[in-house]
Amino acid sequence: MALDSKIPRGPIADKWKNHKSSINLVSPANKRLIDVIVVGTGLAGASASATLAELGYNVKTFCFQDSPRRAHSIAAQGGINAAKNYQGDGDSTYRLFYDTIKGGDYRSREANVHRLAEVSTNIIDQCVAQGVPFARDYGGLLDNRSFGGVLVSRTFYAKGQTGQQLLLGAYSAMNRQIGRGKIKMYNRHEMMELVVVDGKARGIIARNLVSGKLERHSAHAVVVASGGYGNVFFLSTNAMGSNVSAAWKIHKKGAHFANPCFTQIHPTCIPVSGDHQSKLTLMSESLRNDGRIWVPKKLEDVKAIREGKLKPTALSEDDRDYYLERRYPAFGNLVPRDVASRAAKERCDEGFGVNKTGEAVYLDFAAAIDRYGKEQAHIKGLDENNAAIVKKLGQEVIRAKYGNLFQMYEKIVDQNPYETPMMIYPAVHYTMGGVWVDYNLMTTIPGCYAIGEANFSDHGANRLGASALMQGLADGYFVLPYTIGDYLSDDIRTGTIDTNLPEFEKAEASVKAQMKAFVNNKGTHTVDYYHRKLGKIMWDKCGMSRNTKGLEEAISDIKILRQDFYKNVKVPGTTSEFNTELAKASRVADFLELGELFAKDALERNESCGGHFREESQTPEGEAMRDDENFTFVSAWGYNGEPSKAKLQKEQLDYEEIEVKTRSYK
Amino acid sequence: MNLTLKIWRQANADSKGKTETYKISEVSPDMSFLEMMDMLNEELIEKGIDPVAFDHDCREGICGMCSMFINGEAHGPDRLVTTCQLHMRKFNDGDTITIEPFRAKAFPVIKDLTVDRSSFDRIQQAGGFVSVNTSGNTQDANAIPIEKSNADKAFDAAACIGCGACVATCKNASAMLFVSAKVSQYALLPQGKVEATDRVTNMVNQMDEEGFGNCTNTGACEVECPKGISLENIARMNREYLYASLKG
Repeated sequence: MALDSKIPRGPIADKWKNHKSSINLVSPANKRLIDVIVVGTGLAGASASATLAELGYNVKTFCFQDSPRRAHSIAAQGGINAAKNYQGDGDSTYRLFYDTIKGGDYRSREANVHRLAEVSTNIIDQCVAQGVPFARDYGGLLDNRSFGGVLVSRTFYAKGQTGQQLLLGAYSAMNRQIGRGKIKMYNRHEMMELVVVDGKARGIIARNLVSGKLERHSAHAVVVASGGYGNVFFLSTNAMGSNVSAAWKIHKKGAHFANPCFTQIHPTCIPVSGDHQSKLTLMSESLRNDGRIWVPKKLEDVKAIREGKLKPTALSEDDRDYYLERRYPAFGNLVPRDVASRAAKERCDEGFGVNKTGEAVYLDFAAAIDRYGKEQAHIKGLDENNAAIVKKLGQEVIRAKYGNLFQMYEKIVDQNPYETPMMIYPAVHYTMGGVWVDYNLMTTIPGCYAIGEANFSDHGANRLGASALMQGLADGYFVLPYTIGDYLSDDIRTGTIDTNLPEFEKAEASVKAQMKAFVNNKGTHTVDYYHRKLGKIMWDKCGMSRNTKGLEEAISDIKILRQDFYKNVKVPGTTSEFNTELAKASRVADFLELGELFAKDALERNESCGGHFREESQTPEGEAMRDDENFTFVSAWGYNGEPSKAKLQKEQLDYEEIEVKTRSYK
Repeated sequence: MNLTLKIWRQANADSKGKTETYKISEVSPDMSFLEMMDMLNEELIEKGIDPVAFDHDCREGICGMCSMFINGEAHGPDRLVTTCQLHMRKFNDGDTITIEPFRAKAFPVIKDLTVDRSSFDRIQQAGGFVSVNTSGNTQDANAIPIEKSNADKAFDAAACIGCGACVATCKNASAMLFVSAKVSQYALLPQGKVEATDRVTNMVNQMDEEGFGNCTNTGACEVECPKGISLENIARMNREYLYASLKG
């Protein structure tokens, strides 16, 4: 079966408008007869649940946390993009569309990205109407800031807690519908299997994490909004519970998985401090608005700093290498994430890393503190040459902008970033790859949808900052609730799906057997032991830079590790109780399969693009080199019994609006 | 560091719990409190002992899921942090650390240190929202300017992460700080004003129904709140509630 992306005909600016006007609708009276399951309550899942319920569908929503408000969208810091052009700096729908395609290194689908840019402005209107407290200026209007990879200020924010405020907005919209009985919320429930009846997604098997009981839930459509799979690396900025399982289960039931190797390594995270580390913490990209990134120019200074004999603040300007400003004068510290991460790795690989592990660079606010301090001294009529006054005033400005981030850094690292530069290093943050979906966000299983980070569609090979929140809410508030109607219009006479169907029985039995097998295994190693090992293979061989040999090794190493896992994993307790190790075991089992497909995809894509850097494909200056002739396509993998045997289908990407060029930020 | 841990163990909601003592060594001061707990659990699993169940997710202090009562304080001895952001350098070698769940009638224990805080969700469902449907046709986001000081105060109230430290800390197990933060956020914004009367009435009624205690103004909640939610919010909610009662 060929992949059909179902991109509407017509000029790009009219596609979405025309599509919305021409697709089938379900009448309000009939929506009451239709059930929809949503898995996940991050920005995409929460906003979709709320909107579907507002429209009149009966929604059942599932999250593994104790409340929908805990989903990891809550941790997004910096902001959300929208082409409002409130700053009058030349922004437009087209420019946001263009920046996103270019930022994604020409590996995303034009029609989807244009739609995203179109609805971006609606998101801000909707959130403000919900009472989301965005940052405002003294005139009472919304404030904006700039993010990496663009030349305009289009990012709306709420201090360093934008994700939290947007998620709580969507959560409040859900709460309204839960109160009205239109959403039935299942907290502490995990989706274990998709149930397919006559080729259509008709329900799920969920596990009540408190009682351990398996439950059958039926619906006319299933929406997977379960986020990304960054935790395949063990250490990432994802939450501890973030997992690929819902996405992987539907993949194994027939949904194609697209571009698994497109992973975003975020340049500004707090460096790893030791083997005990359980997760990594991001420092928002917004810090690169005011922070300058550097390492010492001389290796002897690096050595002295590592030994604690030299303080970074004591190093003169001439002895510092502001390598992003040096290499990319046009964008400087605000180059896109993939470029900034690789540049940090390059310096550290050359021996210029500034902490004990040699894997850290500085993010320095001294210049910004000085600049803001002088500005404030001038406004207040104080002495602009008094260093103490200037520093104090400047620090106050920085505190107001990034206070919570600085506090978080200080708590973790035990150093005061107002006085000494922060240390940062790249870490796994976001996955652009995900479940393949068509223009309607439907997977290759009829009636099964994937939205938000769980799908692949909008960010190509690299996501720009402040675009994840935009995409999650665009999918959930403004795209899926309409496109799903086109499919559900055939289901108005179907009636409730019976959970006693043999398909439900079979699916439940297979989950039950798997759970039993884990607790009866009585092996020797904990689940975390395997997860850490998998993470190390992934980071060493499928991390910021990849090559044929490493990827081939990764495929076989993961296969061996997976076999060992099933043989020797030790899961304490029983299946019929609150058993956190058991929940972890089934998630890690899926990561152990995804990891292999990830490596296979990375091996197959013998070009460098966005976050995917193949050492075999680079310019003499070490910049990434795309191969448009051979790789302008989406790799969509069909499950075929084992990850390494997955079947590749290609969706060719046609660029009608935008001329494909070499991405340059110089 | 070598530590002695006294941890509340309770198999499930129906069983009686008790404190168990565990020794742990080679704890690094750079570990977070939860990483220390991970290490303990790995050791317990190796020894065939059921690991300690505790809630956690983001481990960056924002999801509000972690919830331990450490040495008599919600989220432990440090200020303005959740348990996941508490680091072992705040303790000394040889310390004995007592770890209990957040205790309140409205937060029943599920297992060990894990409690059920769905009462918080139900309070939000009673009125913690603005009734606006998704349409794509709401008015432009800049149509109503909002005074910066009010917008900032609304943000400060909205920073609540719903962890329940305020309840666990309060001798009356009152949820006033939590509820007032949401009431204040909306009361300070023009978008929330329309439904202000119903909102505060319904949320307070639900709070009482869930079995949370009354506020006696001791202010302990504000001290222990990891997000520094101010007592001013409680005063504002009381005003809102009084106004709603008078209005009828």
